[in-house]
Amino acid sequence: MAISKEEIIHIAKLASLNLSEEEIEKYTGDMQEILEFANMINNVNTEGMNETVAANEKSNVFRKDEVVNFENRELLLQNAPSQDEGMFRIPKVIN
Amino acid sequence: MELYEYTVHELVEKLEKGEVTSEEITRSYFDRIKEIDPKVKAYVSTLEESAIEKAKKVDEDRKSGKVVSKFAGIPIGIKDNMCITGTKTTCSSKMLENFVAPYNATVIEKLNEQDLVYLGKLNMDEFAMGGSTEHSAFFNTYNPWDLDRVPGGSSGGSAAAVAAEIAPWTLGSDTGGSIRQPASLCGVVGLKPTYGLVSRFGLVAFASSLDQIGPLTKDVTDSAMLLNLIAGYDEKDSTSMNIDKKDYTLSLVNDVKGMRIGLPKEYLGEGINEEVKQAILDVAKKYEEMGAIVEDCSLDVGKYATAVYYVIACAEASSNLGRFDGIRYGYRSEKFENLKDIYKNSRSEGFGPEVKRRIILGTYVLSSGYYDAYYKKAQKVRTVIREAYNELFGKYDLLLTPTSPTTAFKIGEKSNNPLEMYLADICTVPVNIGGLPGMNIPCSLDSKGMPIGFQLIAKPFNEDAIFRAAYTFEQNTNFRENKPSFKGGNN
Repeated sequence: MAISKEEIIHIAKLASLNLSEEEIEKYTGDMQEILEFANMINNVNTEGMNETVAANEKSNVFRKDEVVNFENRELLLQNAPSQDEGMFRIPKVIN
Repeated sequence: MELYEYTVHELVEKLEKGEVTSEEITRSYFDRIKEIDPKVKAYVSTLEESAIEKAKKVDEDRKSGKVVSKFAGIPIGIKDNMCITGTKTTCSSKMLENFVAPYNATVIEKLNEQDLVYLGKLNMDEFAMGGSTEHSAFFNTYNPWDLDRVPGGSSGGSAAAVAAEIAPWTLGSDTGGSIRQPASLCGVVGLKPTYGLVSRFGLVAFASSLDQIGPLTKDVTDSAMLLNLIAGYDEKDSTSMNIDKKDYTLSLVNDVKGMRIGLPKEYLGEGINEEVKQAILDVAKKYEEMGAIVEDCSLDVGKYATAVYYVIACAEASSNLGRFDGIRYGYRSEKFENLKDIYKNSRSEGFGPEVKRRIILGTYVLSSGYYDAYYKKAQKVRTVIREAYNELFGKYDLLLTPTSPTTAFKIGEKSNNPLEMYLADICTVPVNIGGLPGMNIPCSLDSKGMPIGFQLIAKPFNEDAIFRAAYTFEQNTNFRENKPSFKGGNN
């Protein structure tokens, strides 16, 4: 199964990445090679096998949905690339 | 003997006897960092001012009888993907180059309770994706045993710092071998605990069903001590197991008589360097001499683990890294007209080539039309591999394999071939697939003078067996008489 450049462009779009011509070329080749290698998993008989969805016996861990105040609001906002009056600033989204 | 040459358990004794102060120990490390780190480049950032201040405070408290922890004032280095409030946590990525953590990781909270002193944050492959630390967006880290070679990765800074004695012990994280493989390449002890034993709250997520934090240390005793400090239930990590707390130092027993050790033949065949293979056979023989029962066994499905790993880890990574959008924190591109541009341009400029490669692979295997063939299939094969391990642990207390198929390779040797780099993980990845504990223990040097390590694997939450066997090996051998030479490095 060959992977096309168009597929890589589509996948990059899904992942919100812009790729240069050079990157598209490189990643198309890399994906081809890596997925050919990954295809070996098809040699394993998994009939009747469940998927591993958790890496230990824990499942459905519940907790109360309670509001907890975060003490360090300033330090949180300090990391925002752009902020204004205690809010994150983004470009206009509604025209 | 200089202070930086001691193990932590030796330093603890000296502090308790009043022979040395925390300030003296801490200054000894910063002097050493200034001398050695320009060659090794293990640290992304150092925290000298706050460290000395903390050390002085601990010394005063110790004098006035206020100190309760015997580890108070002991320095430590932290991989740069764990959050310490008010300090930079970069993940060695342009994306987080200026990110200042607004809260502490749970492991840091636990170390703070014991009054440890932070030396600094250690270099890694960007977002922990890689096996050589060459994928750091900032700079390479160099192997103290030969500066022309890689330290392994992704916790390359954490391993190199312990080997170069510019930190007495460090924390790393391990998703597919990122503690054990660099520990092997740098000749130190590295433990990946059982999945669920140590909280990952405040560790920047890579692949959540595989990630685990663990200690890198000079010897097995220090490893047990550091695991004691960081293990334990945390409601902030829903995968963390609420089980009785153990004292792992109780397992430091110099006796392996009757222990059953399996030697899976698949890890002594194709793809394993001859010298490494011989070293592992010598270790097996040593265990037999010491009274353990060593038997050949087979983990045939283990050969699928690397393929399973790259499908699952990249799928989870593509999802975890979706949060980096240039809005609330992290890098934001200057080029944008609308919101969508911010997302795309910030991600494209902020992530390095290996991170992008894994996001693309992960998005691909999760995308409509490929989900069943790759992701779902890999999840099923994961179950097959876990069952094979279960069966082996019905017969054996421990499995013995190499940690890395080769010793440290040259800088640049594998950096252009992603698949070849991925195969550097073949011995460590299966352990993460199984959620098992695994440790690298250094055993010998190859003909080029580079460290070889072996890996001990146990069933979930049986770190005790690993500590006992590793300790016994260490007590009856003398690897620690070897010291890194810092040769090479004219590149």
